[in-house]
Formats: sequence, C-alpha cells, structure tokens
Amino acid sequence: MIAPLIAREVRRGLTGAAWLPVVFFLLVAAIVPFAVGPDPRLLARIGGGALWIAALTAALLPIERLVEPDRADGILDQLRLSGTSEEGVAMAKIAGHWLTFGPLMLLAAVPASILVGLDGPALMRIMASLAIGAPALAALAVAVAALTAGLPRSGSLVGLLLMPLAIPLVIFGAAATGAGQDGALKLEAAVALLMLVGAPFVTGAALRAARA
Amino acid sequence: MSRLIEARGLALVRGGRLLFEELDIVVDGGDGLHLTGRNGSGKSSFIRLIAGLLRPYAGTIERAETALADEHLALDRELPLGRALAFWRGPKLGEALTAFDLDRLADVPVRMLSTGQGRRARLARVMASGAPLWLLDEPLNGLDEAGSRQLASAIAGHRDAGGAVVTASHGPLPGEWRTLELGA
Repeated sequence: MIAPLIAREVRRGLTGAAWLPVVFFLLVAAIVPFAVGPDPRLLARIGGGALWIAALTAALLPIERLVEPDRADGILDQLRLSGTSEEGVAMAKIAGHWLTFGPLMLLAAVPASILVGLDGPALMRIMASLAIGAPALAALAVAVAALTAGLPRSGSLVGLLLMPLAIPLVIFGAAATGAGQDGALKLEAAVALLMLVGAPFVTGAALRAARA
Repeated sequence: MSRLIEARGLALVRGGRLLFEELDIVVDGGDGLHLTGRNGSGKSSFIRLIAGLLRPYAGTIERAETALADEHLALDRELPLGRALAFWRGPKLGEALTAFDLDRLADVPVRMLSTGQGRRARLARVMASGAPLWLLDEPLNGLDEAGSRQLASAIAGHRDAGGAVVTASHGPLPGEWRTLELGA
C-alpha cells in the first residue's frame, strides 16, 4: 500500500496548490533586498540565511492539507484497516510531500539566489544546503501536521511547533551556504537524517492519538 | 464455519464513561449481528473497537480481515468514482460497482455524487475489499428503496458465501440477525 500512497500524495500535491509555497519562497527572497538595502556585499553575506528563512516559512504553508483532510474523511482509518501501519502512512506522506515540495523549491532557489545577489559557487552551496534540508523540512511538516490534525485553530499552532524544531537545521543549513563550510554541510546532513528517521515515529504516534 | 470475531471480556470507556463491560462476542462465517441501543449507547464505538480503531479498556479481540463503512466517505473527491475506489485495491471492484448500480457513475468525480450515491459508494468499497467481515455503521442512512434492496442482496450474498456482517442500524434489515443490545 506504500507505493500507491506515495503516488497519491504526489498527485494531490501537484493538483493542489504545489506552486503556492514556491511562489511564497520567491516572494520572501524578493523582499530581502528591499528590507536590508541593495548593497551587494551585505546581501551576499546574509543571502544564504535569508533563503533559509524563506524556505522555512514556505514549508509552513502546505501543512494544513497534509494530514487533516485524510483524518476528517476517514482515509487514515481505512488505511489502518487495510493493514498499513501509521508509520508506513507517515513515511509515504513524507516521501510524497518531499517529492512535490523539494524539487520545486530547488528550482525556485535559482532565481531566488539571483534576487539576493548570490551566484556561481555561492549558488551551488545554496543548492546543496537546500537539497539536503528539503527532506528534513518535509518530515517536520508531516510530523507537525499529524500533531495538530483535528485541533481547532491548528493553522496558528503549526508555526509555533515547526519553527523551534527547525532551528538546528537552519543553523547548519544557513552556515553551509558560506564559503569553506563543509563541516556545516555535514552537520546539516546529520540533523536532516535525525529528523527523517524520527519523524515517522512521531507522526505514527500522533495519528494513533488523534484517533482515540 | 470459520470464526471471524472472537472477543472476550470487552469493556470500552469513552470520554470517561463506561459504555459496556464483560462483553463476549463470537461471530462465525454466515452470521449477522445487529447492534441496537439508544443514541450514545456505544454502537459506533463498538464497531470502531472491532475494527481496531479504538482500544478496549479491558478484554481481547481477535478478528479476521475486515472492511468498514461508517459516516466517512474515504474516497478522493477530485477523482472519478471508479479510480477513487480502485485506490483501495479491492479484488471484487467490478462486482461491487454492479451490485450497487454504480457502473454508470464510474467516470463521475466523487465530489459530484449525491448523498445516496456516496452512501452506495462506501458500501461498494466494503464489498470490493473481499474481506470476510463487514462492519456497517448505519448502512441504511441516505439510501433510497433501490439502494436498500441492493444492500440487502449484497449482505445476503456475502453471508451465503461464508462472510459475516456486523451492523448498527436503526431500520430493520431483511434476513436472520442476532441482536446485541448495548447500554441495556
């Protein structure tokens, strides 16, 4: 049941508003030069961090449609009856969300980097850092979506939950966009791996708790 | 006859209230179990308990593979009905579509279905699953006369083939049913 579930997540992501987080990401990146001024040296220094903040806020947008509609419509119950474990559902949702969110964000990172005045090797470092961060952001988004599924006003809760959890990722991810920061990239990968491994279990427990 | 549900000493607590306790249930192939009781007596909770979606407060449940139709549609609304049902990989999909007269609607998006058509679609999902045990929560709700007849013949066919049905229904269902009154 996992492969059809991943395919379903991708289909729903793409037919839904997959472009929305990406446009949001681009908009935040476009606002940075307006906010801090057009000085190229300053922009080059803070550009990586700014793109990470853009990625983090963009990751918040799709959270509400990741789990709650399936819970409210009984799809999660039927998956349980079909013998799929909650952790399996979680993994499929993380994979499906990553496949729609990650590549689109990486594509958008190219024009976004130019907007904040990063090019050449700096662009490559941004791409590597965001490529490693994207699956972790997808895992966090699904876990937070499951934790808040069925709660009233979950829309405002998701930010409060996701932002603090993403801090380690942002620290190392943003640091890895600087020159000569291979260590930061490795630490970012380690944090991303930890989140990817942990999120299915958190999500699974949250899905079970939401049912009781 | 094969044993499809064997539950011993079941107790269920919902919202701090004991709904039932010391309940022993045995359902064999061919059986029909009709749950009765006033509103709030725990009929739907009993069905979710058997389905494995709730945990018993006490007791043990063993059951065969199960299909559930409750108030949720559990079909992707943007897909045509045929594809939405096919997502659940039921081995008897074609048969189920015919039994509930949904063949004509296979290309209609789920969100366009009427209430009654939606009710038939969730019953078709149960039938398509090929599971020996059917759990039907208020299956007659929203069904017209033709739909009720289709349901009755689907249940009869399923039980003749060695399956069992547990249902919570306000209306009477044709055929022989054992009655379990909850909250008595």
